[in-house]
Amino acid sequence: MTDPILKGPILKVQGLNKHFGGVVATDNLDFDVEPGEIHAVIGPNGAGKTTFVAQIAGMIKSDSGSIMFDGGEIAGLSAHARSRRGLARSFQITSIFKEFTVIENVAMSIQAHDGHSFRFWRRANTDPALMDPARALLDRVGLGARAEIVASNLAHGEQRQLEIAMALATGPKLLLLDEPTAGMGPEDSQSMAAFLRDIKGEYSMLLIEHDMDTVFALADRITVLVYGRAIATGTPEEIRGNDEVRAAYLGEEA
Amino acid sequence: MMSRAKILCLLIGFLVLVAIPPATTALDADFYMGLAARMMIFAIAAVSLDLLLGYGGMVSFGHAAYLGTGSYAVAILAFYGITDGFLQFAVAVGASALVALIIGFICLRTKGVYFIMITLALTQMLYFLGISLEEYGGDDGINTDRSEFFEWFDLGDDTNLYYLILFFLVLSLWISWRLINSRFGMVIRGSQSNDDRMQAIGFPTFRYKLTMFVIAGVICGVAGFLLANLTEFVTPEYMHWFRSGEIMIMVLVGGMGTLFGPVFGAIAYLLFEEVISDFTEHWMIIFGPILVLLVLFARKGVWGMLPGRERGDD
Repeated sequence: MTDPILKGPILKVQGLNKHFGGVVATDNLDFDVEPGEIHAVIGPNGAGKTTFVAQIAGMIKSDSGSIMFDGGEIAGLSAHARSRRGLARSFQITSIFKEFTVIENVAMSIQAHDGHSFRFWRRANTDPALMDPARALLDRVGLGARAEIVASNLAHGEQRQLEIAMALATGPKLLLLDEPTAGMGPEDSQSMAAFLRDIKGEYSMLLIEHDMDTVFALADRITVLVYGRAIATGTPEEIRGNDEVRAAYLGEEA
Repeated sequence: MMSRAKILCLLIGFLVLVAIPPATTALDADFYMGLAARMMIFAIAAVSLDLLLGYGGMVSFGHAAYLGTGSYAVAILAFYGITDGFLQFAVAVGASALVALIIGFICLRTKGVYFIMITLALTQMLYFLGISLEEYGGDDGINTDRSEFFEWFDLGDDTNLYYLILFFLVLSLWISWRLINSRFGMVIRGSQSNDDRMQAIGFPTFRYKLTMFVIAGVICGVAGFLLANLTEFVTPEYMHWFRSGEIMIMVLVGGMGTLFGPVFGAIAYLLFEEVISDFTEHWMIIFGPILVLLVLFARKGVWGMLPGRERGDD
């Protein structure tokens, strides 16, 4: 792995702010992700985690602040431009192309990063340039056998896997994962966690997660967000031992 | 692949369309050839609207704008003595592309009801523009001659015009089929399915949707070019919102998001209008409930009621 000190963080957020009317969603937030690292963000409901991801991904425009990604400022870019720079996100509420087959869903992501799509004539869903890498990726996330099924017919856990596969198919440098195990049963959650551990190091990740076991097992660093403010950042051990965090968030559980 | 029933239906339909000119000439029933030609023209318009409505999720309530633009291109050029068919065709295509580009550029920034209302409003503006152009007949409309192509292909002959319309119907279906299955078509259908996700995975969807809007406008503009030739008369009525609604109903009846459905929708609608309006001028009273039932119980319209289930390319 490259020396993080030499390369610097892949994502560096400084002084990020977002207000919705009187509600503060992001409050002067500093945050970074080192290359190859999983940096988890935890916090109670309404802490602004999803807003934070949406700001980085470009779905929500920030009031102020800087977002440096891979050596360049991206705060002013649109969501699709950020994706082409190498940012990929998964959605907390499953966001797939329900009417399309599983493999077409992944092929769509690959197509988005395979030049422009002003190609009007040749059939897309038999194009090996799209379908071969899509199939390989589906095999990797364990959906290979489900490739030809219409995505809406997948089980919930499988749809979550597809969600991740679509993000990976864009060939990202940084993955923004917004609760990848949302709504999953314990078994599916565990296999998702195992998969994330499997790809760890290959991708840098910003992980939002409710399931504390998953977070503490996977994350290199954890930031605790409360009312849009980072009240602590540190290794899982440090966070576990932090009194302020216990009081604000972990409560009785810790 | 398409089901046998559908392939059979298409084959029979095509053969009937090919056979209509000799049959009607033999039976001395020219009226029906004109009716069939009219059905095909509206089929082209409906197919083009379905590209927006059924594949792109763009509910354009102003598709008659291009029907009017294409037909006025013929009439206005003919008014100045320019009857060359190629030039008229080129202007019809160019003008409808420009109108679609402007309307699309404005309304594609909005969504849902706003999109519908803005396409409607801009098209009504064109309608009133047509009325205000006294020089070209205003609301009385304007007579025009048929376009001139080759010595050996006289459009003044009804049969020639009929087969030209049939040619353009087949061409527009073929183009649409290639389009919706191409990479470009995947972007359009993907953004109908989930536009946010498309942007998140890196598609600047606006420019693709705008391109589709222009393509659909051009195809409908060609329908307008043919309509002016068929009726030899152009009126602002072609751009009235009621006309936009009719084209939309054809798509809904035939089957939104199906390639061939709008063709059958156009045929069904115009046939119904023709037959029932002989009995009562309030034929909509009968047609309305049928439409409601179709929309409620057959989401893919008449075409979707045929056996066989496909996705995308049916």
